[in-house]
Amino acid sequence: MDNSTILILITFLPLVAMVAVLAMPKSAHGMIRYTALGVGLIQLALTVALTMSFNTTMGGVNDPKSFQFVTNTPWLSLKAGFLGYINIDFFVGVDGLSMPMVLLTSVIMMIATISSWTINKSVKGYFALLLLLNTGIMGTFVSLDFFLFYVFWELMLLPMYFLIGIWGGPRREYAAIKFFLYTLAGSVFMLLAIIGLYYSSNLGGTPDAPTHTFNLLALMNPQNYLSGKDAILAPATSGSFGVTDLRIWAFFALFVGFAIKVPMFPFHTWLPDAHVEAPTPISVVLAGVLLKLGTYGMMRICFSIFPDVAMLPAVQNTIAVFGFIGIVYGAFCAMAQKDMKKLIAYSSVSHMGYVLLGLSSMNSIGFSGAVFQMFNHGTITAMLFLLVGVVYDRVHDRTIANFGGLANIMPKYFFIVVIAYFAALGLPGLSGWWSESFVFIGAFKNQHTQLWTILSLAGVVLGAAYMLWLLQRVFLGTLKTREWESHLPDMDKREWSMLAPLAIVVIVLGVWPKPALDLMTGSVNALVTFLQSNAGTAATQAMNLLK
Amino acid sequence: MDFSHILVSFRNFTPEIILAAFFCVALLIDAFAPEKVSRRFVGGWALAGFFIAGFLAIAQTSLTGNEFMGEWFFRSQRQPNGTGMLVVDNFAIFFKGLVCVAAVLVTVFSMLSQELESEAKPRLGEYFSLLLAMTFGMFLMAGANDLLLMYLAIEVVSLSSYAVTGFTKNVPRSGEAAMKYVIYGGVSSGVMLFGISLVYGMTGTTNFAEIMNVLSNPAVAMGMATPLTIACVMMLAGLGYKISAAPFHAWTPDVYEGAPITITAFLSVASKAAGFALLVRFITTAFPQAAFDWRPIIAAVSVFTMSLGNLAALQQSNLKRLLAYSSIAHAGYMLMGLAVSTGSGISAILLYFAIYLVMNLGGFFAIQKIAEQIGSEELDDYRGLGARMPVVGVLLGVFMISLVGLPPTAGFIGKFFLFSALLKGGSSYLWLAVVGVLNSVISLYYYVRVLKVMYLDKSPGEQTSPVRIDTGSIAIMGVLAVATILLGLPNFFGPLVNLAQSSLGTMSRMLMENGPSIGHLLK
Repeated sequence: MDNSTILILITFLPLVAMVAVLAMPKSAHGMIRYTALGVGLIQLALTVALTMSFNTTMGGVNDPKSFQFVTNTPWLSLKAGFLGYINIDFFVGVDGLSMPMVLLTSVIMMIATISSWTINKSVKGYFALLLLLNTGIMGTFVSLDFFLFYVFWELMLLPMYFLIGIWGGPRREYAAIKFFLYTLAGSVFMLLAIIGLYYSSNLGGTPDAPTHTFNLLALMNPQNYLSGKDAILAPATSGSFGVTDLRIWAFFALFVGFAIKVPMFPFHTWLPDAHVEAPTPISVVLAGVLLKLGTYGMMRICFSIFPDVAMLPAVQNTIAVFGFIGIVYGAFCAMAQKDMKKLIAYSSVSHMGYVLLGLSSMNSIGFSGAVFQMFNHGTITAMLFLLVGVVYDRVHDRTIANFGGLANIMPKYFFIVVIAYFAALGLPGLSGWWSESFVFIGAFKNQHTQLWTILSLAGVVLGAAYMLWLLQRVFLGTLKTREWESHLPDMDKREWSMLAPLAIVVIVLGVWPKPALDLMTGSVNALVTFLQSNAGTAATQAMNLLK
Repeated sequence: MDFSHILVSFRNFTPEIILAAFFCVALLIDAFAPEKVSRRFVGGWALAGFFIAGFLAIAQTSLTGNEFMGEWFFRSQRQPNGTGMLVVDNFAIFFKGLVCVAAVLVTVFSMLSQELESEAKPRLGEYFSLLLAMTFGMFLMAGANDLLLMYLAIEVVSLSSYAVTGFTKNVPRSGEAAMKYVIYGGVSSGVMLFGISLVYGMTGTTNFAEIMNVLSNPAVAMGMATPLTIACVMMLAGLGYKISAAPFHAWTPDVYEGAPITITAFLSVASKAAGFALLVRFITTAFPQAAFDWRPIIAAVSVFTMSLGNLAALQQSNLKRLLAYSSIAHAGYMLMGLAVSTGSGISAILLYFAIYLVMNLGGFFAIQKIAEQIGSEELDDYRGLGARMPVVGVLLGVFMISLVGLPPTAGFIGKFFLFSALLKGGSSYLWLAVVGVLNSVISLYYYVRVLKVMYLDKSPGEQTSPVRIDTGSIAIMGVLAVATILLGLPNFFGPLVNLAQSSLGTMSRMLMENGPSIGHLLK
């Protein structure tokens, strides 16, 4: 079996398993759970195998030849008169931007499956939806055709809605529909941008009979655009990228669509609701992987298709401002929370702000920091949510004020907590530190984002403040609710099996980040080179625009 | 007088002749068959009629090899080489096909309907005959090329619809619905007739193509700009009523709620399709854009229709009413395609209709079968149903998701091509596309609410008894649901796109990529 087949298998195996689960009897809980677990293990093993054979010197980004494990077959090729040529490709593959995310997805989905063992309500439906969600996420990360990307992107919404809405907490219905509406509102504008790009493109056809394309990589080449008023998202001058009013609008239509997923201030309000109501495994998936789709989309699509817009100083500045607001505002909100899970949810807003800040830098070190932060936040925040889940499973309460002194009652738990909390606040020697530092160095190097980088440093202090304060209130002192003492046994094997691997990843990457950074460096450099090489024309066009 | 061309034309009229003949025979069967013969037999007879008529309609594609389908029925006396009352082109055939599929499905739904069985068993013969009559009228609407035939066709459909709407006459809301329908229908057809008379007065002809010829002279068109506008708006009232476009939509919720659900399904798909066919043909072939630019009016009606439909649907607690408003909203979406009036816009409407037929009929059928079991169409009574009917719940879910327009369902493809049509020729309709997508987001809320009450809410009284629906009905729903999903995949919607775009028929000569133009006529 060659590697591109493996990539397809990784993506669609959960979908096949979903069909299998649906065919199983309703009461066969064990069989359903072990099927999901087995699929998760196979998926993880295959992903690790792919990562091993991943060639880190190949750049990818806009060069189809240096993508790896590629499958590219025409899915629909139709000459449809008035509607023009319709070309949809089944085009999947990975580069250094998506490979870490694919790996992260496999790990997190595996952990989430183990964490789902405690779900007892409609087990069959739950695991079927979880498996469908898995395919949706995986597919989004590997798609290189815009149509395919959008289908997978939307495919995630429905399972997520039900997973929060059926298995969630008391206000689950509100949280679920809020998540659904926010995300859809973002993605419909993305759809308009997709259509605009499609009809502006021309891959190999003549100007009179253009061959439109959804191929993301083709859309990154200014040669593949039409000119004239019908091509609404064509660059200002043919043959090289250049800003036009509509291109800026389209950039922001896509950007906002992704920013809602990140979530970026001011679109973040769905996140605390969704997290608080979602069951633990779903919070883990949500924070661990789903949020990364937003920032991944920005790099893969926004920046790469609109390098001219992304390289505008004002745009970098704007992203940095929102990154800064996310970091500081998220941290302050986290500090004010009374509910442990909500605190962690707001810490995600803050940590994803670092990713945005890294993205605003437009240089290699900042981008490396951003991608590495996406990976680290995925693992660390998954731990944080699992840790909240551990105590919630025992006492069904998450109110910080009711706890205290857990360090004495659950020492093993405390051990893991310390690793996770200190990783979250960016302690040197743990993985979070590397990525945050890279983000700061990168963003500081960019003169347009320098100011916001300096201001964002406050986030490091605030981050330490809310994490340590949480640690103090929950784990030090004495237990506020005396009667819980007997209900708080230390972690069991299943919980260890979820948390220990993540803790090991966090520590190993903290001491030795090279393997992870190697995985992404090639593509990050390629992306930066690509953006820089289109910056010259962009600046000129921007000048024209201002006149 | 030479009748030969009439005789020649008969072969182009075979589907309609078949329907008319089946209608007459159905009435006779109903009148003379012994009491003990189930009137469902007439349903079978009607099915046979629809199949034959549909087959003959599709066979008409072979009548001509050229792209304009040059066979004309009842050529006008003044222009022997011009066009007649009725045109048989791919566009008409496409809609006839759609109407036939809808009629077949609705007939099957009706034969499976317990509502009709209990309320109107002895009169089912009439019911199926009226379905045949409605279909006959819709066939005429699809091909009408003359103001007179247009009016007659609409009336044939309307009169039959009034009767079937009030068919379960012991149900009070059914009678009320029929009454409202008659009044609204009477007024709007009267207004339309007045508009028709104005157009006739100004142009001296009732034939679409000849109206086009007269108005193509800019001097003539300019001279009567004001009365022409008034006439057009009046005619739009009649046609807008048929497709339930706002502000002529007010009858829709009441009629859809009151009519037997099989009829609601039929009205929401077939009647609307026929109305659209007529509206599109009338606008694109009778009125040169230079004389009178419909597009801003249609765009405004489209925005108004979809926004009103979606916003009103948010408030509904009855599923039939909810789907009534949703069907108004969908008419609004489709009007976007007409607002751009490009080939791609019209093709997108055709594609959307084919998809809308599948998902909407599926949704109505699911609701029909569920209502038979739980005795209600109220959303409140759907609480917790998901656990009590796992299969039908999922199927209804598929239809709802498709109506929202989420991939990977067919509804997404329909919307995708409509928005494509808006953005294809430049950015002048970008605003309409933005309104359209915002409306999709609004619609998510109420469609998903159906899923919410089924799956997220607890059933009152903790009922757990399964809701049993017969396997045959589930199979029909299953086929429609599978079609809904498959048509969302490129392998399957591709051929449909091809069909839609090759079905523009006589329209294609009018539809330049940038809308109807009379440039070539003036040369």
